[in-house]
Amino acid sequence: MLIITCPWCGARPELEFRYGGEAHIARPADPSTLTDEEWADFLYNRTNPKGLHAERWRHVHGCGRFFNAVRDTVSDFFVVTYKAGETRPDIAGDQAK
Amino acid sequence: MQKFSGLELLRRALGGHKSWQPQWRNPDPKPEYDAVIIGAGGHGLAAAYYLAKEHGITRVAVLERGWLGGGNTGRNTTIVRSNYLFDESAALYEHSVKLWEGLSQDINYNVMYSARGVLMLAHNIHDVQSFKRHVHANRLNGVDNEWLTAEQCKEFCPPLNISSMRYPILGGALQRRGGTARHDAVAWGFARAADARGVDIIQNCEVTGIRRGADGAVEGVETSRGFIRTKKIGVSAAGHTSVVMAMAGVRMPLESYPLQALVSEPVKPAFPTVVMSNTIHAYISQSDKGEMVIGAGTDAYTSYSQRGALHITTHTLDAICELVPQFRRLRMLRNWGGIVDVTPDRSPIIAKTPVPGLYVNCGWGTGGFKATPGSGNVFAHTIAKDAPHPINAPFTLERFRDGFLIDEAAAAAVAH
Ligand SMILES: Cc1cc2nc3c(=O)[nH]c(=O)nc-3n(C[C@H](O)[C@H](O)[C@H](O)COP(=O)(O)OP(=O)(O)OC[C@H]3O[C@@H](n4cnc5c(N)ncnc54)[C@H](O)[C@@H]3O)c2cc1C
Ligand SMILES: [Zn+2]
Repeated sequence: MLIITCPWCGARPELEFRYGGEAHIARPADPSTLTDEEWADFLYNRTNPKGLHAERWRHVHGCGRFFNAVRDTVSDFFVVTYKAGETRPDIAGDQAK
Repeated sequence: MQKFSGLELLRRALGGHKSWQPQWRNPDPKPEYDAVIIGAGGHGLAAAYYLAKEHGITRVAVLERGWLGGGNTGRNTTIVRSNYLFDESAALYEHSVKLWEGLSQDINYNVMYSARGVLMLAHNIHDVQSFKRHVHANRLNGVDNEWLTAEQCKEFCPPLNISSMRYPILGGALQRRGGTARHDAVAWGFARAADARGVDIIQNCEVTGIRRGADGAVEGVETSRGFIRTKKIGVSAAGHTSVVMAMAGVRMPLESYPLQALVSEPVKPAFPTVVMSNTIHAYISQSDKGEMVIGAGTDAYTSYSQRGALHITTHTLDAICELVPQFRRLRMLRNWGGIVDVTPDRSPIIAKTPVPGLYVNCGWGTGGFKATPGSGNVFAHTIAKDAPHPINAPFTLERFRDGFLIDEAAAAAVAH
């Protein structure tokens, strides 16, 4: 079980959290202007990287709030967690930045 | 290829079994092939075999970063069935079950296909309604699947506790032609049969890049053992599909999750069939060695760690102790994880891609072992003809753009 640090509540066991998938996918402001490819990309395509991954978590059995994390998907090690709305932190060796 | 038979076994036994040859060669990569398959799991090996057998394309290499069959093929709980809801899925999985039935003869390798039945348990009203809908849909598609009452479930599989307080069994859907096959034998059998037809299986050879020409078409693959030229690449890399497709600049509708399994100590025959419970993520069958083979659920988050969390397995074991009380005294020997590639609609993609010469077979998620021969068969067709077989024609990448999802996710919920 992972230990996850909620930016508001601190370190808690994984069971208190719900995973929310890839972070920083903004819903297009005006969907009607998108091509079908762009809409499918928004809805379905995911980066799914082997390495650092920015992702959403929600502390459902705690404060209830969404936040983001950068986790290494090979080791499952959490590099950093940060509040929703903040930009993805600069991390050395982060290829997605 | 040395043919395997009872007589041959006897003959070699007299010589102390010293005269058997290796089952496949261990060749160095050639500079060029007519087709390159990435990933020597069951699917990739089957595709290579059918390319050679049915399409006469024998200048084929299967490249594997580890050892053949070391991915999900060697890690799965081997449940085979075809009672999927939608017409497209029923056709695809049924194609595969039909191939399973004759596979040992076809590739002269005992894959131990055992049609002992697959019983899916219904624990609530939703399960009952959904399974009955499957039974009816399957009947219309000519796929066997029947509804059993709780008492009939108990009669078919006596170790079941049908009056559990926590997980009551309200009935079940039984596919009698479903069952299990031996995972390693499937990989080894296809490897041997493909090798015998001239296919080079190259292990410890990781694909690190896909080279494309000015026209965008593939020119070959960069590997840990050098560049290999080819005009056709079939990606069959399961959990690593997103990583490999990114090498050609293609984004995929996939997420990779750890999925776990475990086995008990071996015991005498005690469990006659395969029992699945989607609702509580528990799958059980008994291997021919006597171990209870147990499948658990996926972790909540994407990962390439190839191991899952302990609370996932304990959740499954809690439920199994409730469903089959006599298993409370069993000790578990090993557990492990594989990385499964999951699509938004839980149906696979077996298709051409926007890149000329690049084909992909992926998205089998938690349930692609059952499809190994059928998938390899239609993937080979797609690569050879540069066009899908009618059976895999609906399983495109573009279905997500065009809104033609094959939504087994809603139909079958979690795992298969
Ligand atoms: C625990 C568990 C239980 C399961 N239970 C069932 C079940 O009961 N029934 C069922 O039908 N399905 C089940 N599945 C799913 C099933 O195992 C898979 O869908 C199926 O085996 C996939 O086969 P494959 O050949 O596509 O993949 P794999 O066997 O994973 O083969 C892919 C290969 O590609 C190689 N590869 C990846 N990247 C590269 C690269 N860059 N270069 C070279 N090679 C590369 C990998 O090393 C791997 O060997 C289960 C899976 C797991 C993990
Ligand atoms: Zn919190």
